[in-house]
Amino acid sequence: MKKEGLLQSEGFKSVAASVLSILIGLAVGSIVIIIVGLTSPNLSLSAAWDGIRIVFGGLFSTGRDAAGTLTWGFNSTNIGNMLFRAAPLIMTGLSVGMAYKTGLFNIGAPGQYLIGTLVSLSIALGLPSETMSTTLIWILAFVGGTLAGALWGVIPGMFKAFLNINEVLACIMTNWIAANLVTWLFDISNFKNVAESTKTGYIYKTTYNGVATAKMGLDKLFPGSQVNGGIIIAVVFAIGVYVMMSKTTFGYQLKACGSNRHAARYAGIADKRNIVISMAIAGGLSAAGASLYYLSGNTEFFWSTYQSLPAIGFNGIPVAMLASCNPIGIIFTSLFMSMLDISGLQLTNLTAYNEYITNVIIAVIVYLSAFSLVIKMWIGKLGKKKDDGADANAEPVPAAPAPASAQAETEKGGDAK
Amino acid sequence: MTFLIQQTLIYAVPLMIVALAGVFAERSGIINLALEGIMVFGAFIGVWFVRILQTSDAILSLKQSGNWVALQGVELLVMLVAAAFGALFSLLLSFASINLRADQTIGGTALNLMAPALVLFFIRIIANQNTLQMLTGDAASWFMIKKSTLGIDKSTDLGFFGETFINKVYLATYVCILLFIILSILLYKTRFGLRLRACGENPQAADSLGINVYKMRYAGTTISGALAGMGGFVYALTTANCASNGDVAGFGFLALAVMIFGNWKPGNIAVASLLFGLFKCIAASYASIDINGDGVYMLAEIGISAHLYRMLPYIVTLLVLAFTSKSSRAPKAEGIPYDKGQR
Repeated sequence: MKKEGLLQSEGFKSVAASVLSILIGLAVGSIVIIIVGLTSPNLSLSAAWDGIRIVFGGLFSTGRDAAGTLTWGFNSTNIGNMLFRAAPLIMTGLSVGMAYKTGLFNIGAPGQYLIGTLVSLSIALGLPSETMSTTLIWILAFVGGTLAGALWGVIPGMFKAFLNINEVLACIMTNWIAANLVTWLFDISNFKNVAESTKTGYIYKTTYNGVATAKMGLDKLFPGSQVNGGIIIAVVFAIGVYVMMSKTTFGYQLKACGSNRHAARYAGIADKRNIVISMAIAGGLSAAGASLYYLSGNTEFFWSTYQSLPAIGFNGIPVAMLASCNPIGIIFTSLFMSMLDISGLQLTNLTAYNEYITNVIIAVIVYLSAFSLVIKMWIGKLGKKKDDGADANAEPVPAAPAPASAQAETEKGGDAK
Repeated sequence: MTFLIQQTLIYAVPLMIVALAGVFAERSGIINLALEGIMVFGAFIGVWFVRILQTSDAILSLKQSGNWVALQGVELLVMLVAAAFGALFSLLLSFASINLRADQTIGGTALNLMAPALVLFFIRIIANQNTLQMLTGDAASWFMIKKSTLGIDKSTDLGFFGETFINKVYLATYVCILLFIILSILLYKTRFGLRLRACGENPQAADSLGINVYKMRYAGTTISGALAGMGGFVYALTTANCASNGDVAGFGFLALAVMIFGNWKPGNIAVASLLFGLFKCIAASYASIDINGDGVYMLAEIGISAHLYRMLPYIVTLLVLAFTSKSSRAPKAEGIPYDKGQR
């Protein structure tokens, strides 16, 4: 009786749908690895098995021993790096998720992220660290980058609110404009790294000017990794967004505009203003993510970026979708996503496969989250049919074959050629 | 001038055919945000197929004997294969959005994420690098129609039209233009086209007249996928020297913008894509454009930064959308999953 209630609860269904999506995504990735392992002449089945194990447990991989077999164990570098990479992902995820709750699809996160990078790095490298406290410079750079991103987010917001232009299109255009603008401005700036002759096309690390994110003791916990206080700041932001969206009138107004713009206006909510504000907040969050990443002091920015957009921006979309746009959920899905990232790197380093398979897995997961409603419905039905069963976590699995096989079939169709 | 027209056409034609792909999907009621992803996928399949063909001796001997008619046939075959796989890939979108009533924006985004990931994964495995190229030779020597392929002496002047439209061109360009015209007629002058459009405007009414909305939407999205896949390969062939690297430089999204700017009508889309092709062409080769033929490269000499030229197509898109948005009219039922029970 109690379990039926659990299966019917909205929160459980959301989590179960996400877990199911992740499992199917990982399964599809494994299938691709096996197919490639079987069909490729220079890969054996044991190589495929190694690949699959790394996809699932790359975080705890410690390399290969002398005999060439994979070794496993607690890897502080991997876990610390996972936390480090999760911080900007949480921010872009919050950006996409928060906008989605207000009815806007913020595919402009990469552009906002780039603008944040530009302004943060310029402030961090441009202000004189001899006369100013580096902590103050860090704060100014972080705030400046965030505000710049917010302004950049306002552009598609205005197009949507006042001209009724699809925000997806406006965001895509502003993304490419941002990519060109950032390249242009860095090209004429004097922040290009000329001190190290081996590095061409990179901007100085912020440590060049003595600016770096505080470690907050995390480097003691995970020695040998890049981790810093950024992850703590990101979690604080996530909680802040949660409170804003769920516990304040302001958040309620934004959401009301999202579910029905015209009804919201009828209720006396300034719909146009709210659309612009919610894009501004989304833009600020993305840009803050960029600031956290590039102010860390151990990352370098490749400035000639006019032909490509930062993946962290786009990855905000899967992070948010997987968490059903719940700010607290986004913390966990970001951790999962950056874990996949680490697994991808291990895959490239340790096997003949490459890191792009983890992107395939992410794409499958996003695809499944597109019809998470249907999956939730299946889970709900399942709960009604079975009065008593085994473990609640195992229950959703029987519903899986339908999407899994359809997915695998089409996937195979793509591979066969 | 010849150079300018040819370059503009090279950019405009993939845009045009992919924008038409968008029209077929949206007129049937499905938002195909995945155009970019399908293009990436089509480009990869096309290039890979060319590589596979190039391992066969029969094909290589065609090249050696200079049998250019047969090589054009090969080009058409590859276009067909790219289209077929584009259609196959788009089934992922149709299945999710028609059968499972998924959010079409997220579904399309998923395909856009999936295509480059899959493509790069396989390119790394196949070629052990990030770009997949032809095995031997380049696009120009294999597939381009030049004076020498037609057996005309290089020094002969074919006149303005000859030089522009016969020398140094790809058959693919003309095939796409022809397809564009045929499919526009299909959409507007046939029963199938009328039914397809009805499903994008008022699916309930269409259903009440005995039209199978699901089938029509599948048809629209599949045609869309085929065109986008083919467009992707044509883009790779004509602008990227028949190479695939998991990227089509935002062309799929530009095509979406062209479609909206063209108000979902083929005639307007043709004009719009020419305009965008021109801006893309200026961005790509402004330094070597000699407009009036006096040997002065005006655009390069004004002293405007290359970065600004590269930004132009996107800025113009935004501005144009801003000015035309009031009169634009999207298909009424696009993006709304069809539910038989709904009133």
